[in-house]
Amino acid sequence: MTKRTKTAVSLLALTAAAGFGSAAQADDLTLCWAAWDPANALVELSKDFEEKTGHTMSFEFIPWPNFADRMLNELNSGGKLCDLLIGDSQWIGGGAENGHYVKLNDFFEAEGISMDDFAPATVYAYSTWPKGTPNYYALPAMGDANGWFYRKDWFENEEIRAAYKEATGKGLGEPKSQKELMEIAKFFQGREIDGNTVYGVSIFTERGSEGITMGATGALYAWGFKYENTPGSYDMEGAVNSPEAIEALEFYKELYECCTPPGYTNSYMGESLDAFKSGQVAMAMNWFAFFPGLYQDPDVGGDKIDFFVNPPQNQPGSTLGGQGISVVSYSDKQDAALEYIKWFADPEIQARWWELGGYSAHNAVLNDPGFVDSQPFAGDFLEAMQNVQDFWQEPAYAELLLAMQKRLHDYVVADKGTAEEALNLLIEDWTEVFEDEGKL
Amino acid sequence: MSESPITRMAEATPQPLARKVRGLSDRAIAWIFVAPTIFLLLAVNIFPLIWTINLSFTNFKANRPNREVEYIGLRNYERILTDSDIWLSMQATAHFLFWTIFFQVLIGFTLAWLINKKFKGNDLWTTIIVLPMMLSPAVVGNFWTFLYQPQIGLFNYVVAFFTGADPSSFEMLGSVQLAPWAIVIVDTWMWTPFVMLICLAGLRSIPDYIYEAAEIDRASKWRQFWTITVPMVMPFLMLAVLFRGIENFKMFDLVVQLTGGGPGSTTELASINLKREAFEKWRTGYSSAFAIILFVTVFGLASIYVKALNKVKDR
Repeated sequence: MTKRTKTAVSLLALTAAAGFGSAAQADDLTLCWAAWDPANALVELSKDFEEKTGHTMSFEFIPWPNFADRMLNELNSGGKLCDLLIGDSQWIGGGAENGHYVKLNDFFEAEGISMDDFAPATVYAYSTWPKGTPNYYALPAMGDANGWFYRKDWFENEEIRAAYKEATGKGLGEPKSQKELMEIAKFFQGREIDGNTVYGVSIFTERGSEGITMGATGALYAWGFKYENTPGSYDMEGAVNSPEAIEALEFYKELYECCTPPGYTNSYMGESLDAFKSGQVAMAMNWFAFFPGLYQDPDVGGDKIDFFVNPPQNQPGSTLGGQGISVVSYSDKQDAALEYIKWFADPEIQARWWELGGYSAHNAVLNDPGFVDSQPFAGDFLEAMQNVQDFWQEPAYAELLLAMQKRLHDYVVADKGTAEEALNLLIEDWTEVFEDEGKL
Repeated sequence: MSESPITRMAEATPQPLARKVRGLSDRAIAWIFVAPTIFLLLAVNIFPLIWTINLSFTNFKANRPNREVEYIGLRNYERILTDSDIWLSMQATAHFLFWTIFFQVLIGFTLAWLINKKFKGNDLWTTIIVLPMMLSPAVVGNFWTFLYQPQIGLFNYVVAFFTGADPSSFEMLGSVQLAPWAIVIVDTWMWTPFVMLICLAGLRSIPDYIYEAAEIDRASKWRQFWTITVPMVMPFLMLAVLFRGIENFKMFDLVVQLTGGGPGSTTELASINLKREAFEKWRTGYSSAFAIILFVTVFGLASIYVKALNKVKDR
């Protein structure tokens, strides 16, 4: 073999090796999220990513009741199951401080991804730690809040409207306050409609994970509930147990007692949807994420359903849901995972995300003139996102959440003590947690 | 004459190994055989126990590996023993334990006594009665939640049929008063067959000639029951109580499926509380102390009970 031939063969071998090298970089990424309607939309959306990059996507969707347990165990054990995680907003503190999530600032800067392009409330809630600082650990992936939906066909029924007018002296329509919501719920409770006994509302009362907290905070925020007197000071006395907070909690208990179907002592998302879809309740609370599916429901969707934002009382306020997408620091495929984030941040992809049933938080989508009319709940979603409040996002959030679950369920469902006692005990629990954390 | 398995094994042993083994004493060989078991026992039982005891004196949190671990002495134990919520969960556990064992022994023994009589279809009835304990606790918990459903639940309708009450007027799982009894009913339904089987074994172990002798002595059936049947079945019954007691002290799956510890914390048994502390709140040090307290309680009670059982057996 001549020297030239040898050189040519070597070059060919090098080229081949380089070729194989690039082929080997096509990774199989695993994205972890909760198992619900938007997750299916994301599977559909991600096909575009696979086509464009050559990477393949696998998905690990966990049912909501086990989602936090399963995923936090995975993160705490340094597991490599997930390359990308759409984790709950409350996990951001723990994700950042315990080193579970990759900090994305440098990546955003290098790729020209600006957080100014996303709705400020979602950036604050889903991406930043410490709260409000420009330290980003996630890209806002799925905007969400707790909202309401109701049987529009019942509300428009002339007979029912006349009965409501007679009973209350008012016209029947979407409630403009929490108290009006209860008034309507009381009206429907036990009423016979189409030969069936129906009930007022389906609300969250679940004990095990986060249900009753997410439901009751809808009332608490509307009354002006605050976690601290001064943000960041952890001084909860007078804020958590303020007269407004006590009144709001008493309201939620009364709503549970007066107006829910029998047996709804441990109900969350699934039970709320079931109660509405089976024609048992006039109104129900749930996350906006479920609204596209509800609107398409053959039995109760379409003309029979309409939506409204969590009604204000002393002020507007909605419980924040939704999640950001993070790169898991234990992943061996971080480069490919970052590619996914870059692809997902693209305004065109975000528009497609909204079309498929995901809730984009990108300003290009939300500020589009056609957005409000694009879905019957789009306007309510925008309104809700302007007044959202989230639970503690501290690294010890699980302890804080479980304490609130216990105190609220003890008072609302088990009828133990008073609202004031429940909130006082909650302050004691939370104080102990913050003392353990060295923050008090 | 064919060779014995030992001879075959000896011949199959490679010469170098055989030479080494030949030099070992019987005690050394015994240790070689026992060592893997001892190693497993140490690795799987003893080491975790010692490690848990060690953790119980710290503020360690398994989800915060980077946080400095401090030794805090007996503070975890002090907090647990003075925590009113822990005592409430212990009360809930005691209520569950006492009443499940009471009903299971009562019904289980009665069923065993009836099944022990010779009648047509005896085997079929035994199989039917034993079915519930063959099911998974998760499945049992799930379908009993449907049975207890106030609007569509069969249980409520049956109660309503006999009492005339409105089926949806009471909530077995949602009422603070009824929920502790709801979990007792389900556990009794599921595990009474187990007690029945053990009692049946006891009843069938009593030789007929003892009853024949009693008949000759003109002892009444009532007298035979109290002086022959009950004493001779007692060790079996006590064994069943021991098994069910230990099992129900750590009851978790069935109750989680039924009530999740609710309403409020009404049915939050000690094991559910422990799981929340350990794997939801991640208070590893605190929950280790709680686990040690529970372990000592079960171990102490079981030891006393086993002594009593041995006395009854020796009688």
